[in-house]
Amino acid sequence: MAVKLVYFAWVRERIGKGEEIIDLAPSIVTVGDLLSHLKTRGEEYEAALEYQDVIRVAINQEHVDHKTPIGGAQEIALFPPMTGG
Amino acid sequence: MTGTIRPRVAIQSGDFDTAAEIARLTSGRHDIGAVVTFSGLCRDEAGTLQALEIEHYPEMAAREITRIAGEALGRWPLTGLTVIHRFGMIRPGENIVLVVAASAHRRAAFDAAAFLMDYLKNAAPFWKKEHLASGAQSNWVEAKSTDAAALKRWNEVK
Repeated sequence: MAVKLVYFAWVRERIGKGEEIIDLAPSIVTVGDLLSHLKTRGEEYEAALEYQDVIRVAINQEHVDHKTPIGGAQEIALFPPMTGG
Repeated sequence: MTGTIRPRVAIQSGDFDTAAEIARLTSGRHDIGAVVTFSGLCRDEAGTLQALEIEHYPEMAAREITRIAGEALGRWPLTGLTVIHRFGMIRPGENIVLVVAASAHRRAAFDAAAFLMDYLKNAAPFWKKEHLASGAQSNWVEAKSTDAAALKRWNEVK
């Protein structure tokens, strides 16, 4: 499954890009699986996702938790806790 | 009230005009008894901050704020609701965010404005980066646990 990943704030800076399209193996079922998989893609991903629990995730622009299945996702966003307002 | 109220949500790099935004909700009406506005400004942190750079997730930001505004409209009898959030480089003294809540009575307007700000801070995809006056390396503002705690009261008092 090909999916578009988008990154914001320090997640974007540490990974070194704002977005990319990657192909996911069927074994990657949940958001948590995806984060664990991304950490194997290189040290920049490892640095960005070091504290995996604090990473917020949105699928198709809606907040989800790490147990959510990613099937059907077109766009998955990874970002730090928000600091707007 | 006349049918469903639609919130006005704007995400923009430019400044906003608070008086004009109030007028937009009140002009030509005689049923509004209260307008509460909240303005969030960039402060200079005792002279150490040169600017805040606000990054956002455009498609999701508009969607989340509209969703939160819809919740407020479902919870309080408002006659109008406006939320504007800026992005980009913002200097001390400049506006960042505006909430305008209008209602027949003050309580609904006060509460809806406070609710919106509490939820917006927690769920709207914006991130602040501090550029320092000293020229030292800029850093991302950390989320405060007090902001998350502020949400709890809306689930306790209904």
